[in-house]
Amino acid sequence: MSTTEQNATIVRTAAVREVASRPKGRFTQRPDRWLGAVVPVLGIVLWEGFARIGVFPPNELPAPSVVAQTIFDLAASGDLWKHAGITLFRIAVGFLVGATAGTLLGGLTGYVLLARKLFDPVLQSLRNIPSMAWVPLFLLWMGIQESSKIALIALGAFFPVYLNLSSAMSHVDPKMIEVGKVYRLNSIQMIARVILPAALPEYFVGLRSGLGLAWMFVVAAEIMGASRGLGFLMIDGQMTGRASIILATVILFACLGKGTDLLLEVIGRRLLRYKSK
Amino acid sequence: MKDSEVRNSSLDISGVSKAFHSGSAGLQVLDNINLHIQPGEFICLVGGSGCGKTTLLRIVAGLDPSYTGTILLGSNRVLGPGLDRGLVFQEHRLLPWLTVRENVAFGIGDLPTAQRFERVQQYIDLVGLRGFEQSYPHQLSGGMAQRVAIARALVGHPQLLLLDEPFGALDALTRIRMQKELLRIWEAQRTTMILVTHDIDEAIYLSDRVVIMSPRPGTIQRVVPVSLARPRDRNGEQATELRKTIYREFFGGEEELKDYEI
Repeated sequence: MSTTEQNATIVRTAAVREVASRPKGRFTQRPDRWLGAVVPVLGIVLWEGFARIGVFPPNELPAPSVVAQTIFDLAASGDLWKHAGITLFRIAVGFLVGATAGTLLGGLTGYVLLARKLFDPVLQSLRNIPSMAWVPLFLLWMGIQESSKIALIALGAFFPVYLNLSSAMSHVDPKMIEVGKVYRLNSIQMIARVILPAALPEYFVGLRSGLGLAWMFVVAAEIMGASRGLGFLMIDGQMTGRASIILATVILFACLGKGTDLLLEVIGRRLLRYKSK
Repeated sequence: MKDSEVRNSSLDISGVSKAFHSGSAGLQVLDNINLHIQPGEFICLVGGSGCGKTTLLRIVAGLDPSYTGTILLGSNRVLGPGLDRGLVFQEHRLLPWLTVRENVAFGIGDLPTAQRFERVQQYIDLVGLRGFEQSYPHQLSGGMAQRVAIARALVGHPQLLLLDEPFGALDALTRIRMQKELLRIWEAQRTTMILVTHDIDEAIYLSDRVVIMSPRPGTIQRVVPVSLARPRDRNGEQATELRKTIYREFFGGEEELKDYEI
């Protein structure tokens, strides 16, 4: 409903007096948003300048234009798609597995008190193990192939999803539950119509931080042992002393990570549009 | 709307007691409450905090099944929540992720979609919120949100509407407007209403009978019939007389109220 429509209705309906007025932020926010770009742009310009006049040694910190050229070359040769493709594949499968497990277990422990008492302490203590500590075991169990990498990524994605969903579902406002009771919802209706919608915002926070950890773990997994993937490309750049390759992969990781996060954010915003409207 | 009039039945509260047990000491919240409410009657429960008026309402709503005594709605014993009773809380308790229309629809059981839509619209119109069907609760003012809550409670055609200090959180002007609205709805629907309040003027303005409760343990102290024709003059002679009577019930002889004016 647009502001003008709302105003029109307010005039029509006598009862409506206290509708919150919209903040006038639309025009004042604009300059602020661009203000944030000033420092990075200035940084890149300075970096380019200093690299060109030779202040930075090109084998350690090549100019931004060189890094851009490297990305372009990687794309042209097809290497970029090969490496980014496999990395994205690992992220997708690992995140899906981890988030699904986190959703199922989080939902179970969030709704069933007995399950919470049984599983939550164990999972909470497992969470304290630094994730990299699992790597040797995963390699021993699953070898150096895809499955050990995917398992590590899934593990990273699992905990935030599990923790957020479980806590959100167990902390739904009892007053809302009571509304469900008044209208005689059965357990399934109560979950579907009250508990899950109420837990959704926190669940999305969990999904997004799970995805963030998945990206962290894919780098770790690919650095440790891979023949393909952006992490491998990074290590390859280090071995062959090509700083531009390393920087190019850093930028690619940043862009891909941001891109996938944006995807979740957009989905979340659609589902939670009642909040922003 | 006519069919809801036919289905109205009386509410019979007899010998209802309720105790909360905290540790070894039990606290008697309600002690032997007896009240017979006619179909279509408007009852206000008035009392200070701790007199058990909200507890009594929650028991009738079925949210508090551990009581002794019997409550009959028509010939059915009240043992749990049911769609034959609508409940409006002090806070609107709308589900924030649902629009006004969806929140109102929450109050209907099984109905074919077209019929459901029509009924929901009818009740949105009844509470004067046409044009706000697609709004979300946080976009509404307190009074509007409480209207939606009333629509949600009425849309399932309950025989009895229970209101727990529904206007307590609203400002004085909105409260008066909402009281008028509620009377209009009651006159249109003739649903039996029980409203809990601590506002004596509200009780006199709205109800057929004012049930005065006293605390520790919660008992019915007196039932004051209000036989004034509606619409009522809040400051008319008879209303003032009733107000004095009720004040005397609360404060007894300890305080003469001759200088009491509004």
